[in-house]
Formats: sequence, C-alpha cells, structure tokens
Amino acid sequence: MRKQGLTIFALAGALAIAGAATAQTPPPTAAAGAPAATQTTAPAPGAPGEGAPAAAAPAAAAKPADPTLDATGEPLLKVRPGIGQPTDRAIGIQHQATELGESAEWFHNVILLPVITIISLFVLGLLGWVVLRYRRGANPTPSKTSHNTVIEVIWTAAPVIILALIAIPSIRLLAAQYEPAPDNAVTLKAIGNQWYWTYEFPDHGGFSVTANLLKEKSEVPAGQRYRTDADGPRLLAVDNRIVLPVGVPIRLITTANDVIHSWAMPAFWVKLDAVPGRLNEKSFTIKEPGLYFGQCSELCGARHAYMPIAVEAVAPDVFARWVASKGGTMPGAAPAAAPAATPAAAAPAPAPAAADAATSNQTEAGAATGNAATES
Amino acid sequence: MTDTALNPSAFQAHGDHGHHHDAAHDHPGFFARWFMSTNHKDIGTLYLIFAIFAGIVGGAISGLMRAELAAPGIQYLPTWAAMLSGGDVTFDQALNLWNVLITAHGLIMVFFMVMPAIIGGFGNWFVPIMIGAPDMAFPRMNNISFWLLPPSFMLLLASPFFGGGAGTGWTVYAPLSTYGSPGPAVDMAILSLHLSGASSILGAINFITTIFNMRAPGMTLHKMPLFVWSVLVTAFLLLLALPVLAAAITMLLTDRNFGTTFYDPAGGGDPVLYQHLFWFFGHPEVYIMILPGFGIVSQIVATFSRKPVFGYLGMAYAMVAIGVVGFVVWAHHMFTTGLSVNTKMYFTAATMVIAVPTGIKIFSWIATMWGGSMSFKTPMVWAIGFIFMFTVGGVTGVVLANGGVDDYMHDTYYVVAHFHYVLSLGAVFALFAGFYYWFPKMSGKMYSELLGQLHFWVFFVGVNVLFFPMHFLGLQGMPRRYPDYPDAFAFWNHIASVGYGIMAIGVMIFLVNIVYSLVAGRKAEGNPWGEGATTLEWTLTSPPPFHQFETLPVIEDGKHH
Repeated sequence: MRKQGLTIFALAGALAIAGAATAQTPPPTAAAGAPAATQTTAPAPGAPGEGAPAAAAPAAAAKPADPTLDATGEPLLKVRPGIGQPTDRAIGIQHQATELGESAEWFHNVILLPVITIISLFVLGLLGWVVLRYRRGANPTPSKTSHNTVIEVIWTAAPVIILALIAIPSIRLLAAQYEPAPDNAVTLKAIGNQWYWTYEFPDHGGFSVTANLLKEKSEVPAGQRYRTDADGPRLLAVDNRIVLPVGVPIRLITTANDVIHSWAMPAFWVKLDAVPGRLNEKSFTIKEPGLYFGQCSELCGARHAYMPIAVEAVAPDVFARWVASKGGTMPGAAPAAAPAATPAAAAPAPAPAAADAATSNQTEAGAATGNAATES
Repeated sequence: MTDTALNPSAFQAHGDHGHHHDAAHDHPGFFARWFMSTNHKDIGTLYLIFAIFAGIVGGAISGLMRAELAAPGIQYLPTWAAMLSGGDVTFDQALNLWNVLITAHGLIMVFFMVMPAIIGGFGNWFVPIMIGAPDMAFPRMNNISFWLLPPSFMLLLASPFFGGGAGTGWTVYAPLSTYGSPGPAVDMAILSLHLSGASSILGAINFITTIFNMRAPGMTLHKMPLFVWSVLVTAFLLLLALPVLAAAITMLLTDRNFGTTFYDPAGGGDPVLYQHLFWFFGHPEVYIMILPGFGIVSQIVATFSRKPVFGYLGMAYAMVAIGVVGFVVWAHHMFTTGLSVNTKMYFTAATMVIAVPTGIKIFSWIATMWGGSMSFKTPMVWAIGFIFMFTVGGVTGVVLANGGVDDYMHDTYYVVAHFHYVLSLGAVFALFAGFYYWFPKMSGKMYSELLGQLHFWVFFVGVNVLFFPMHFLGLQGMPRRYPDYPDAFAFWNHIASVGYGIMAIGVMIFLVNIVYSLVAGRKAEGNPWGEGATTLEWTLTSPPPFHQFETLPVIEDGKHH
C-alpha cells in the first residue's frame, strides 16, 4: 500500500513537473515545452513583470484560459501578509474569512479567553495572598479550620454556572457548524494521499486537481518549477491551488486513499479528518476573496509536514471560468455561466477576463489570460 | 490524611524493634535485594531509578526535537538518521526519524517516566506505610510488575534499529500503524506497550488489594491520606482502562501480521474504531498520570501549612468523580474525525463537567493554605507552582473542550501547550515536589535546600518559556508533529527552544542535588518537616526500617471526625 502510494506520488510529481508550463522556469523548459508559445500579450495593468516570459503548452490550446493566471502564467491573486497564513510573532487566531470562523473567533476571543485569563489571574491572586498573609512569619499559629460547607458549595456551584454559560454559545456554535450545505452548494472533495492532496469537483464534471508542495529553488533540479513568493510562503505554496467561489456555500467532503490525513484551513475554521473508507462532510462559505493556506493536520508519515493546502477564493464568475479551463462544467447552464468557456477561445479570452477580474473585487488582479497547462 | 490523630508513641518503638529484627532475618545480598526484591520500598526505589533514567532519555529526545525546531528548515535530522542507520539516508528516512522521535518522547514520558515514578515509585514506597501496612499485598507480583518494565523499555529503545523505528505518534493510529508502517519496529513498540500495560495492571491489582485489605486497625477509608486515595482511584482507572488498550493494540498486531482487517476499510473495518478504543484508554490515562500528583500536592500543602487538608471528603470524592467522568469523555480527542453533531455536543458538555471537581481541588488547596502557617521549603514551592501551572493547563483544557473551537485548535501547538502544562508543568512538578518531600525519608539524607530552590526557579522559568509560546503558535495554526514549519512560526519556536535550554539547566541542578545530597547531605530526622507532617511515614526513622509496622499501628479516632 505504501509502495503504491509512493508510486502515485512519483507519478503525480512527474505530472506536476510536466504540467509546469505555468512556468516561472528558466528558458530551457519553456523552450522545450512550448515551442510555439502563443504569447497572448493582453494588456496587463499591474501584472507582475517578473517571471519568465514563456507560458504555454500545446495541450491547453483546446481549453479556455485559466482565469487565475496572468499572461505570464503568474498567479493573479497575490499573497497578502496576515490573510490566510500565519504571521510571525503573532499571538492570536488567524484572520477569519468565513462567517462560522468569525463567530467561533468571537466565542474564543470574547468569551473563552477573558474567562480563562480571569480564572488564572484569580487563582494566582489567591495564591499570592495566602503566600504573603499566611507565611510563617506573618501567621505563626495556624488555624484548625478544615470544613466550611458554605464556601465548598460556592466553589462547586460557581464553576458550574460559569461552565453552563460557556456551554450555551458553545453548543450553538456546534449547531451552526453542522448546518448542512444547501442544494446549490459547490461540492469540493478533498482526498488525502501520502503526501499530497487531490481534489475533485463531482458536481462540475468531475475533473480533478492534484496539489503538490512547491519546493524551494535549491531543492529542485534545474529546469523544474520551484516556489516563488507569488506562489505563497515556504511549505505552504502548492503547484495547483484549488479555486473556490466566494459567497457561495462550499460542501467539503474529505476522504483518503492510504492513511488518515486532515484537511485543515485555519482561516475558514475548518479541520476535517480525511479517513480512508469514510466520507466526512462539512460546509462553509468564504466571505472574502484571497489566498488561504493550510496544512495537513493528522500525522500521516514521513512527509506529513509537506502536503500543504492552498485555496484561492475568487468571484463566482471567475470560478466558473476556472472550472471551464479545467475541462469541467458548471451545473445547469454551463456556457451561460462561463462566457469565456467557448472551445475556440485561447485568444479571445483575455479581454472579458480582464474586465471581469477588474469588477470582481480583485483589486490586485491584473489581466487574466495566459495558458494553463496544469493538468492532472 | 492529616487530621488523623496518631499516637506516635504507640509504635515509635517498633522502628527500633524492626531494625533489630531486620538484622536478624533480612539482610539479603546485593543481587537478592535488588533483583529478587519483594520489599515495597526497594521496589519503589527501583521504580524511581528507572523513571529518572527514562526521564533523562525522554528529555534528551525532546532536546533533539527542540534543536531541530529552533529554526525553520531541516537542520539535523539527516545527520542523526545517518548516524542511527550507519549509512546514507534518503530525505524521507530523515523525516521519518522525526516521527520516531516524537513517538519515543511521548511513549517514554508517559509509560516509562511519569507512571513508574508516580505510581510505581511513590505509590510503592508510601501507600503501605501511610496505611500502616508492613508491605504490599502481593510482594512477588510487585517484583514482576517492576521487572516487566526494563524489557518493555528495551523493546522500545531497540525499535529504531529495526526497520527505521516506529513513526506513528504515541497514539499509534491505524492505518498509519498498520499497512502504513511495514517492518518490525511498530510491532516492537506494540509489544513494549503490552508489557508495560501488563506491568501496570499487576501493579493496580496489588494496590487495590493492599488498600482494601491491609489498612491498620482504625485506618478507615475516610481516614486514609489523600495520596492513598489518589493511588486507589488511579489503580481502578488502570485496571479498567489498560485492558482496552491491550485489546486495541492486539488488533493492531493481528491487522499488521495476520491479515485481519479490524481497522482496514478494505475488509470492512474502520480506522476510527481504533481511535475510540485508544482514547477510551487514553483519556483515563491522563488522569492516571495526574491523580497521584493531586495526592502528593495535598500531603505537601497540608504539611507545610501546618493545617489539615481543607474539605478532606470533598477532595477524596472529587478524585473519584474525576476518575468516573474521565471514562465518558474520550471522544473529545476525536472532534475532527467526523463525529455527528449530537455526539460532539455530548462530549463537549461531559468534558466541561470535569472542570468542576478539578476546581474543587484547586480551591481546597488554597483554602488549606488559608489561615495556615506556611513555610516555603522546596517541596512546598513545587506544590504551589503545581497549583498555578495546573490551573493554566486546566483552563486551556476548557477551551479545547468546546467541540466547535477544537476544529481550529485540534492537532495544533495549542494542544501541545495544553497537555504540557498539565503534564510537564503539572505531573512533573508534582513529581519533583514529592521527590523533595520524601527524599529525606527515602534516603535518610537531607537534600540541599539551596539547590532545590534553585532547581525550582530555573525549571519554572524554563518550562514556561518553553511551553507558553506554544499557545501562540497553536492559535496561529501551527500543526503538531512537524519537523519543519513555515517561516512565520520561527520566532516563537526559537523562544521555545531557548526555554528548553533553561529547563535543561534546571534538570542538571536536580541531578547535582541528588548526587550531592546522597553523598554529603546531612542526616535526616524521622520527621524533618515538623508538626504539619502527620502521616504515618513521618513516625518512622529516616530511612524506614527494612520492614516497618511488624506490630500494626493503631489509628485513634481523630478529633476532627
């Protein structure tokens, strides 16, 4: 089983490398992989100038452009410090991007944290008081009191009341977290493998995406894709981010092919084990577009720390075009939902894509075009 | 129990008598005394020596871990893995070494350090004495209880040399521990757990029988010192919980070796079944580690406040309540496995209930000190430190008890911080408190007060610098069991590693103190702590005679009952 997992890993790695025509890779690969680079030089206001100028793969010609990449194959959404990822020296909960996350964060920050701080300081204060007041120098003759029913009842009842008050919002939070997703929810199936995630969109034509860790430049052979800052922080960036729409309920389903993994996204307040033989379900709605990073959260073997999770939350129309670019279909009237999804459209794509991107709160988005060859 | 009025003169003489008797009948040679021992005090000493050794090994492993985590990136693992295997290793083998280290650290600290020290060591030494019994009920079984541990420990320590080691985490979750880990290492770790579990079950039977049948005349259950109560409750937890672990890991063994599929969905099994079984044992296990600590702290607080324990019955039954409720909260370790909403609500509520008896204990300790005449000898300083640190660890447990919040915290460093506050700053503080409290009694020598105080303060600062930042890391989302982490976690990880260094200095001071005190410590009186020390061990000489209480002490009715 493990051997099989390794084989899959190797295959997936090879695919990912082969598919890395989103390449910031140096010229050699670009030249080899894309002899006729269809340089769709769309107007690119604010597009990053860095990265190799080549981005194309013949395989992508039949499909519409990936709206999450710009002309050079660079991800459009930029990593924003403090959003969707940990911050150095920070001491609190990560910024929450879902409503459930916000209410849970409120519960922690406004109720739990003050309560436990006050209790700890109260105990510390009592200890300080007895240490000062009842030290042998200050109180040479000890009292012989060893019972006091009233106070014993009080210190039993008071914690009961405090806990009951905590339990009410806690149970309410649980109930909200278990609200089933509505029928129009987007279903994302996350499958854990040693050591990468595969994703499926069963309601969108069933296409799948494989997400592997992006290694550092020093760790990959020359010519292979490596992580750049545009991809995300070290150990969090993946080669193929999963794209999800904002404002639309997401139904997350997790399972695993080998051992137990756990799909965790701190910014969504989501952590759901991926257990072989089981389908676990959870739903959430992302409020803000952006890049969100998480990490596998159940010990799954040697590379447990090396199978990150990256979600790119975009406007629903951008999501629809992304689905189309992956060969999927939107449920219902697919063509209408994805104007750029005409099969002929490698070249016509840029203009509407750029327009959409500009109107969809992606302030940092530049032109949307380029070719995606991130096949899995 | 401190408000038991003793009549020391009634058996003061027996000490001398016993000593005399001792010389006549029981002067076993070195081998017979230490390898074929049936004497509860000698076996207790063996347990303590074993636990100190295991603690040094487990602590050294955490030092390796903190060194690796001191900065982002993989620093040392490939080197260490190459040293271990004696040749070149792949990156995956190096990473697997990390999992072997976390597994070994957890198993060693739980099964070979805390449990042997607190139950086998102090329990063996002082339960018979405190209830006025000459020895344990089954002295030979006591011996085998101890001697199962060295082979068990050796199996675990040898496992890294067979197939790369057990990299499953101390929880040994299937299927990572079944088809996810081929090779003999995990089988060795499982057999190690089996042996140590058998050792604990035998010990538990021994304690229960001793406490129920061998109390001195007049020593009713409600007059037993709280340490004896704590060991009694712990023994029941062991007796009920460990067979479940044994069953769970036996099924692991057959899944691994004989083609069964208890935990394999491919054959109709379920990996989550293992987690239910493991945590049905695992949650009582954490109380097994902390309850005797509660007992030790109760004795010490009463002794150094010169005051009987406040609310004795409440204290005793709070421990019983913790033990009982501890059996019905296990799935709060499994909040992210896909439990149903009702299950999660139940386990949230049930878990919070445990805070009530725990609160009773905390407040009763403070009330014991209230009105007392406190002296701050080393054991008392550790006990006060325990009370505060355990409170901090306890309240973060209340946070984690909320199933809705745990979706964020689960398997992050917040959990690591929580359980190290209740164990490394809770159980271990109680262990050090007990060690300093009873060291004069066990060895007949006084420890160095200066080194003891220094040990406390250095260790206290060290563990707080080590573990408090882990709350921050957890809240920022850093997952557990990671050998490398995104750069944004670097700062607090570095601080934590510095804290480890401080703590390690504290441990050095402890070891120096032991050696110094054994060699050059001044002779300890029978009762070095004065009038506050009212339990029976302080009526004997230091160290006690080879056999104590050959004529049983009679406990008179206390003035306070």
